[in-house]
Amino acid sequence: MKVHQFDAVIVGAGGAGLMAALHASREVKTAVISKLYPTRSHTGTAQGGIGAALGNLEEDRWEWHAFDTVKGSDYLADQDAVDVLCKEAIDAVIELEHMGLPFDRTPDGKISQRRFGGHTNNETKQPVPRACHAADRTGHMILQTLYQQCVKNNVNFFDEYHAVDLIMNQGRPAGIVAVEIGTGELHVFHAKAILFATGGWGKVWQITSNAHTLTGDGNAILFRRGVPMEDMEFFQFHPTGIYRLGILITEGVRGEGGVLINGQGERFMERYAPSIKDLASRDVISRAIYLEIQEGRGIKGKGYVHLDVRPETVNKIFEQEGDPRRIDRHYIESKLPDILDFCRTYLGVDPVTEPMPIQPTAHYGMGGIPTDVNGAVLADEKDALLPGLFAAGECACVSVHGANRLGTNSLVDLVVFGRRGGKAMAEFCKQADFVPLPENPAGEVAAEMERIRTASGSTRVAQLREKMQEVMSKYVGVFREEAGMKQAVEDIRQLKQVFKTNLCIDDKGKVFNTDLLEAWELGCLLDIAEMTAVSALARTESRGAHSREDHPKRDDQNWLKHTFAFLNSRGDIDLRFRPVNIGRYQPKERVY
Amino acid sequence: MEVTLRIRRFNPEKDRKPYWAEYTLKDVEPVDRVLDLLHRVKWEIDGTLAMRRSCAHGVCGSDAMRINGANVLACKALVKNYVKGERGRIQVEPILGLRVLKDLIVDMEPFFDHYRSVKPYFISDKPVPENGRERLQSQEVRERFDEGTKCILCAACTTSCPSFWANGTYVGPAAIVQAHRFIFDDRDTAAAERLAILSDETGVWRCRTIFNCTSACPREIPVTELIAEVKNAIVSGSPR
Repeated sequence: MKVHQFDAVIVGAGGAGLMAALHASREVKTAVISKLYPTRSHTGTAQGGIGAALGNLEEDRWEWHAFDTVKGSDYLADQDAVDVLCKEAIDAVIELEHMGLPFDRTPDGKISQRRFGGHTNNETKQPVPRACHAADRTGHMILQTLYQQCVKNNVNFFDEYHAVDLIMNQGRPAGIVAVEIGTGELHVFHAKAILFATGGWGKVWQITSNAHTLTGDGNAILFRRGVPMEDMEFFQFHPTGIYRLGILITEGVRGEGGVLINGQGERFMERYAPSIKDLASRDVISRAIYLEIQEGRGIKGKGYVHLDVRPETVNKIFEQEGDPRRIDRHYIESKLPDILDFCRTYLGVDPVTEPMPIQPTAHYGMGGIPTDVNGAVLADEKDALLPGLFAAGECACVSVHGANRLGTNSLVDLVVFGRRGGKAMAEFCKQADFVPLPENPAGEVAAEMERIRTASGSTRVAQLREKMQEVMSKYVGVFREEAGMKQAVEDIRQLKQVFKTNLCIDDKGKVFNTDLLEAWELGCLLDIAEMTAVSALARTESRGAHSREDHPKRDDQNWLKHTFAFLNSRGDIDLRFRPVNIGRYQPKERVY
Repeated sequence: MEVTLRIRRFNPEKDRKPYWAEYTLKDVEPVDRVLDLLHRVKWEIDGTLAMRRSCAHGVCGSDAMRINGANVLACKALVKNYVKGERGRIQVEPILGLRVLKDLIVDMEPFFDHYRSVKPYFISDKPVPENGRERLQSQEVRERFDEGTKCILCAACTTSCPSFWANGTYVGPAAIVQAHRFIFDDRDTAAAERLAILSDETGVWRCRTIFNCTSACPREIPVTELIAEVKNAIVSGSPR
C-alpha cells in the first residue's frame, strides 16, 4: 500500500472536478483521482448548451434565469443557492471563453445562444435564447477546455485510480483510498481537503442516457461513512432518449424548432403546455409522453413517440405561429451534427428526412451529497459542516435543481460550484492541518475488496444488476405509487442480501480486474437504489420528477422540505427533513 | 443471428503471450453494437475479459479497437456492418502500436505524452476585453478550426498510422489535430511555438499521407487534410 500526501484531493475528473482542480491547484498542492481518463468523463456527452443570461441575442436577465430555475424545480430549490448559480453563470461562461472554449458565434462575433426547455423571458412568457453552445457538443468542449487548462497548469492526475473509501479519523475526513486499476494495488491519499465530483447514478435504471461508469460511487462511499443524502427521490427522466437505447437527444432539437408527435400525427404538447408546448420542463414532457403511450397513442401503438425536426415540419409550424425563423438541411447539419450522427448510426434514421423515435430516459440525479454554496458538505439537516469535505457537480445537492432540473443547468452547476468548491478547499487548506491517518486506513475496504474478489456464489454481477434495474424502472420510474415502492424496497433489500452472500466473480487476478470493480460499483448502485426508493416512498405528494399516482397533487403544507436520508447503526435508513430556503419567489401553481 | 467473436486475449498474470479465443453468441440483433457483444461475453460467459468503455455512444473515446482489421469504436460498430445473413464471425483485437496491458486494454500513456507535447491548450498573451465580456470571433474563423474541436482523443487515428507503428516517437495524427485546433484559432497567440514543435523530426513530416487516420476517425474529422494544413503553415511560416 502506497501513501500519498496532497493538500487537496479531488475525486472525479468531469467538469466539476476539473474546474475545482484548476482553481485549487493555483494555490495548494492538488491531485485529481479518476477511475477514467479525464476526457472520458460524462460531462463530455452534454449536448445542447450552458445557460447564462448574457443577452447576446435578446434581452435577458439573471433574475429571469433564477425564476425559471425555481419554477423548474417545482419550488424545491434553495433560492439563495439559485441566485448564486444564475448570477455567476454569466461570469463562469465568460471565464470558459477566456480559457479558449470554442463557442458558436453570433453574426457580430459574440457567444451564440439558443432556446431551451423552460428558459423564458419572464415578461412575455416566451422562450428566450439563453443556452450558450458549441454546436451540439457543448459538454465535450467544456470537458476538453478544462482538461487542457489543467494540463497547462501541471495539475497532478492519477488516471484510472478508482476511489473506494473515505478515510475518517475521530469523525473528521483524513483522506481517501483508491484502487490503481492497472495493478489492483490500494493507494491512500492523505489530504487536508477532499472534494467529491463523481457524477451521477443513472445505471440504477434500465433505459438511461448515462455511461456504464455512472454508478454513484462518491454518494455510496460518503453515505456508508455517515454523510446523509439529500432529495434522492428526485431523479430526472429526460423526455427524448433514443428508443430502446436511451442515448440522449438534446432539448436543443426542440430549441431549434423540433416538435413531439404522437401516433395520431398530433403535436400533443399543445394540450399539456399550451404556452411553451415542446419547450416545457423535462418532467412535464416526460409525463406527457408516458401518458400518450399509456393511452395507446404511441407510434404504431408502441412505447415511443416521434421527435420531428424535418425542415418542412418545422418551417410550417414557424409560419403558423408567425415565427420569423426558417431552417434548412444545412442549418440542421451545422447545429446538430452529433444528433444526426447518433440517429444515422444507431437507428439508420436521417432526422433531416425522417422523424426520430424517442422515449424518456433516466438522465440526472437532482439529489445527492448536501452542500452549502461553497461546496462544503453538510453533516446533517441542521447545516452542521464536515470540515475539509466538499462536493460539486451532479453527485452534490446544493440544492439548485430541487425536484426537477432545468435543461443546461447541469453544466452551469458544475462550472459555478466546481469553481466555488475549488476555491473554498484551497482556503480551507491554508488554515487547516492534516488529520492524522488512523491505523490501517485501508483495512476495511481491503477486506471488502478481498471478499468480492474471492466470492464463489452463483449469481453473476450482470444478472443482479439487471434485476435491480428492472425493479427500479418498474416501481420507481416516471410514475410511482405506494404498493410498488414498498415492493421495490423489499426487492432491493433482497438483492443486497444476494450481493453479500451469493455473488460469483470470475476474475481472481489483480491487473485490470474490471469484474471485481463492476461488482463493487453494483454495491454502490444497490445502496443508491434503496435510498431512492425509501425517500420516494416517504414523500406523499407529487412534485417535479417525483410523480405519485396515489398523491397526484403538490403538498406545500407538508412537503415543502428537503429529505435527508441517513444510514443508521443497524444498517437501515432514517429520514429527516430540512425546510427549503424560499426567497423572492413564493410557491405557486406551475403552468407552462 | 449467431455471431462468433474471435478475441485477442492476454492476461499478464497468466499468459506468456497473446492468443485468440472464440465465443459464440446466439440471439444477436443486427443493430447490436460490437461493444454489446463484448459485454455479453464478459457478463454471461467470462468475467475476466477486460476492455475500456464508458458512454457507449461514440463520445467518450474509451473503446477504440481493431475490429476485422480496422480501427473503430466498439460502441459505434454495428453487427450488421460485419455480418450478413444468419451466421458470421467478427474479429476483435487491441489497437496497434501501443503496449497491450490486458486483453483489449493498451497503455495510453505514450499517446497522451504526445498529446501533451504539442501544447494542446489555449495560450494568449493578449489581455481579455476591458468590458469583462467574451473575446469576439467571427463565424468564419470559428468555422476554420471546427473540425479539430470534434476530437475525442480515442487514438483510433494514431494507432492506424503505419508511420507511428514504424516509429513511436512520431507525435501522430491525434496530437497534430489538437495542435491544428489552436494554430488556426485567431484568439490564440502561440501558433509559432506549436509549428516549431511540429516541424521537428518527430512532427508532421513523418506523415506520408496514407489516409488511414482519416478512415479510422469515428468523428469523421478529415485528419490527413488538417495535417496538410499544418505542413503548409510550416512552409509558409504563418497559419493565417
